[in-house]
Amino acid sequence: MLWHPFRSRQERPIHQVPRVLQALLGGILLLQLAWHQFQPTPTARATSLPATPAMAVLRLAALGEPVALAKGLDLWLQSFDNQPGISIPFRQLNYPRLRGWLDHILQLDPRGHYPLLAAARLYGEVPDPLRQRLMLDFIYKKFLEAPGERWPWMAHAVLVARHRLKDLPLALKYARAITDNTTEAQAPHWARQLQIFVLEGMGEKRAATILLGGLLNSGQITYANELHFLKERLQQLKGEQGVLSKIQ
Amino acid sequence: MKRHYRAVFSIARYTALEALRTRYGWLLLMALLACLGVALFSGQIAITESRQIQAVLAAALLRLAMVFLLAIFVITSVQREFSDKTIELAFSLPLPRAAYYLGKLAAYSLVAILSVLPACLLMMFLSPVAPALYWSLSLMLELLIVCAASLVFATGLSQPTSAISALLAFYLAGRSIAAFQLIAHGPLARHDELSQRAFSTLIDGLAYLLPDLDRFSRSDWLVYGHGGWEQIGVQAGQALIYLLLLSAVALFDLYRKNL
Repeated sequence: MLWHPFRSRQERPIHQVPRVLQALLGGILLLQLAWHQFQPTPTARATSLPATPAMAVLRLAALGEPVALAKGLDLWLQSFDNQPGISIPFRQLNYPRLRGWLDHILQLDPRGHYPLLAAARLYGEVPDPLRQRLMLDFIYKKFLEAPGERWPWMAHAVLVARHRLKDLPLALKYARAITDNTTEAQAPHWARQLQIFVLEGMGEKRAATILLGGLLNSGQITYANELHFLKERLQQLKGEQGVLSKIQ
Repeated sequence: MKRHYRAVFSIARYTALEALRTRYGWLLLMALLACLGVALFSGQIAITESRQIQAVLAAALLRLAMVFLLAIFVITSVQREFSDKTIELAFSLPLPRAAYYLGKLAAYSLVAILSVLPACLLMMFLSPVAPALYWSLSLMLELLIVCAASLVFATGLSQPTSAISALLAFYLAGRSIAAFQLIAHGPLARHDELSQRAFSTLIDGLAYLLPDLDRFSRSDWLVYGHGGWEQIGVQAGQALIYLLLLSAVALFDLYRKNL
């Protein structure tokens, strides 16, 4: 007996269906296709970032799975600038709301690093000092809650404060925060000595190369996508450095 | 007595066969593949923690899908017996009603346990072996509770829509009751108001009655390794107590049922 995956033994063959009904089915299917064809094409409309709900609401929505909700929100927030059919520059996002979302995600999943990576390397890189400060402050506050785990993001904040914002006192404050709040066992020597780089006025490219190179060599980055992301940044910086030295 | 055991076994056997014939296994496979697809896709778009995101999202989705599929299978299977009058035939035999119930529960429990095996393999692919094993054991215990609850609602309520709605309400309440308690006793609650106190008491009362399902099959076990035999032991205790409670409720209702 032939095997018919879509026909059970109880079913009768197709020719048993009245011809009129077969034609009607085909006709209506065509009608639906034609209907769809003449409908206006959907237009992309950017929606703004919604206000953060209360933590209690998010905890309820998590149905006892806060980490799963946090991971889902990570991806949702990350792709918010790429809404269907439209791309919104990061600087057009509502940063106080963005910070609220990052904060809530981190509360749902305190051991996750995603919100800090996003704050440091996505939203914190917009050429807007106000928005950058907002992200740096978020990283600083969250670093103080778990310095041993979150120092890499604080180290990045030091460089942004020093070279992008040109705010030496702020960079020193952040660098000292790493020294004061971490132990030798928690953070490598170079990270705890960042205030020296800040004070000696090392160039941004060189300092960032040391930071990224240190992070990559530390073996702490294990995710392929993150490794690729950071290596790309490192290559980009090295390329820029090469061009600069040739010009000089 | 021996005849009753054989009857229980026969009822269990034919009920389990029904799972095969209604293609429950295919549905489960589809759900597993869909969850794997979502997990792989989310891992592709994540910049960091991609393995964690894959494991956690797959686990959360799989848990919901398996609970939903099992509940629908149990409820429609029992409701079909009511519609076909098979249950009347079974109750007219010289058998205690408990034998019918135990046969059904045994079969559905077997289906629940077998359903967890492919889920366990999938999670072992997405996360370390030991956490995946703990998560799967916890999911199995959760599914056993869902199984028994579905049986209670299916036998107690005459309409499938009512039974499915009741089961969903029970399950969602079981998973969110801890969050409700935190809100009811949180700093924003006005403890001096009578209505607020009554609400808090009601929530606390419900928490006593419901199983704390938010402690079961936690996806954070897969990424942070929080799970272990101690938690599994506690959950097994809760599952055992709740299975006994639900069985007592179902039998109480079945013995009172006038066909």
